[in-house]
Amino acid sequence: MGGDWHQIWEVASAPDNVPIVALLFLVPFYLWYALKQAVANDRLIAVLEGDPALAKTKYRKTQPWDPKWEREVHTWPYLMRMEFLVAILVTVLLMVWSLTLNAPLEEPSNPNVTMNPAKAPWYFLGLQEMLVYFDPWIAGVVMPTLIIVGLMVVPYIDSNPLGNGYYTFKQRRFSIWTFLFGFIVLWVGMISIGTFIRGPGWMWFWPGMTWDAERVEYTVNKNLDQVFPFTLLHINGSWLGAIFHTPQDHAVIWSRVIFGFFPIAIFFVAAAFVVHWICMRTEFSRKIYKRMSLVQLVTMYIFLILMLSLPIKILLRLLFNIKYIWVTPWFSI
Amino acid sequence: MPEENGGNSKTGVLEKAKESAAALRKTLEEKSKQQMVELKEPEKTQLYRSIFRVKHDEEPRNRALSVLSNVFFHLHPAKVNRDATKYNFTWGMGGITFYLFIVLTFTGVLLMFYYHPSKVQAFRDILYLENDVPFGKLLRNMHRWAAHLMIIAVWLHMFRVFMTGSYKRPREFNWCVGVLLMVLTLLLSFTGYLLPDDQLGFWAVTVGTNMARATPLLGNEGPGGPQLGMTPYNDVRFALLGGSIVDANALLRAYIWHCIAIPLIVAIFMGVHFWRVRKDGGISGPAPVMLESEIKEERSPRPVVLKPSGLGQG
Repeated sequence: MGGDWHQIWEVASAPDNVPIVALLFLVPFYLWYALKQAVANDRLIAVLEGDPALAKTKYRKTQPWDPKWEREVHTWPYLMRMEFLVAILVTVLLMVWSLTLNAPLEEPSNPNVTMNPAKAPWYFLGLQEMLVYFDPWIAGVVMPTLIIVGLMVVPYIDSNPLGNGYYTFKQRRFSIWTFLFGFIVLWVGMISIGTFIRGPGWMWFWPGMTWDAERVEYTVNKNLDQVFPFTLLHINGSWLGAIFHTPQDHAVIWSRVIFGFFPIAIFFVAAAFVVHWICMRTEFSRKIYKRMSLVQLVTMYIFLILMLSLPIKILLRLLFNIKYIWVTPWFSI
Repeated sequence: MPEENGGNSKTGVLEKAKESAAALRKTLEEKSKQQMVELKEPEKTQLYRSIFRVKHDEEPRNRALSVLSNVFFHLHPAKVNRDATKYNFTWGMGGITFYLFIVLTFTGVLLMFYYHPSKVQAFRDILYLENDVPFGKLLRNMHRWAAHLMIIAVWLHMFRVFMTGSYKRPREFNWCVGVLLMVLTLLLSFTGYLLPDDQLGFWAVTVGTNMARATPLLGNEGPGGPQLGMTPYNDVRFALLGGSIVDANALLRAYIWHCIAIPLIVAIFMGVHFWRVRKDGGISGPAPVMLESEIKEERSPRPVVLKPSGLGQG
């Protein structure tokens, strides 16, 4: 398979993209590092759960331990020497990085010459990628707000008292899966798509394809009401006109508004059932579920449903070219 | 008295003078020798003691005091959980973030000496900095890469805090402060992007602020915006840019947000963040594992027991 592999190298080696390339290595490394310690702790937990007598006497950490050792050590020098060492290493890393790679500087700004592709800095490319799937008010304003608020409510809706201050996977399966899905699949994943896949015109270029600014892509994006044949029966709004005596052009719009509402409502109900099913799957999750207040439950379900809506909209768009699900004169989703 | 000594008085005086001179020489010699010895231990000088106040001998009391009596070090408790000093629990990401903030402040202040936030000067200043200022290129590179690295460090810090469940009681609030700090870090980086006034920054900020047009209610293209009287000349994007296009006012606003306003806000939140780490009982772990059989049934919120800082091991 011949292909323009120089293109992907050009993107990956652009100085401003070095951080996201680094992240592609750092995130898997630290994920492995966290899970390694989680597995070790989970093994210890399994042993202690099986032996209550041992649980009373055993040192409950996987770190080396000797009864003769002090539980605490002096900050100076035992912690601060590490901090100074890390500071020196970071400085060396920065020096080497700054000596070998130059910060980019393009031509002077010119409103008359559009950059193609015009990209945000790499850390915002996930949000820019969302512009493909949602209108700007959702992708640029609502979603970022939901992410920030969603992160902030995490400690208040996570009612699982286990896993506080140590790595574990088995005691916190649900929250860890949720976070990994949000952080790695959605956030880092969409930044990667925005960085490596999206070329001129924000078109989809697989690795190996040349970023051809002249490329023309013929896709017709349809709204959901144009895709499903059953709505064809109603889309002219004749029934609405008949009942309410509205003019024909108004009736068309109103019938769209009415029929667009149902898929959204169905999604919310179905997603709520899926989320609820996941939350009730194991005996342990049911136990945690019982500890939660109504406010906690509703908040958690709403955020999880909204989070699920993102990959579903992405799939609808990428696989079926569906642009909007609900079209109204005021907003479209 | 003088009569009794008679003619000897002259020689007596001389002898005495010689004697005292010899004595003086001896004491001077001794003193200087002694002081030379003392100089080898500068920590015993008055100057040193006035600055550092405590001895730095390797004994528990002094090790504790050297942390507690230093304004920079006393962010730390005197003693920490022995397992928390290893790299594997914290990954050092919070500390690296803080260190990078210091590096960025330092390089940023130096960059400010060479930069004018005006359309005429800004781009030329960068060229001047890159080509003529000694180490100017290195300075700019370091500022740029430290900013990117800080974002990575913030994300990995959050990742670690999540994976260790450190946001759980009693640290819920500090997690929220941390989320805000992360957002502020992104905004710091983003506002800095425009400052070179090149195509890259200009179009990145154009793309970014165009989204603000669509803010519900507050943007001229957002749902409900036009109904509330929003136009391109009075909406939230106009407020961000100081105009309807990315131009001189936007450059000045980005500069002020980047160099003064956001760093100040970040510094305040960082103070709260570090303070709360201590007040919430030090860093969360590595804590002893808790077993499922030990979950208490009670539902109502427990009052949080505030432990003395540094003794917060669970």
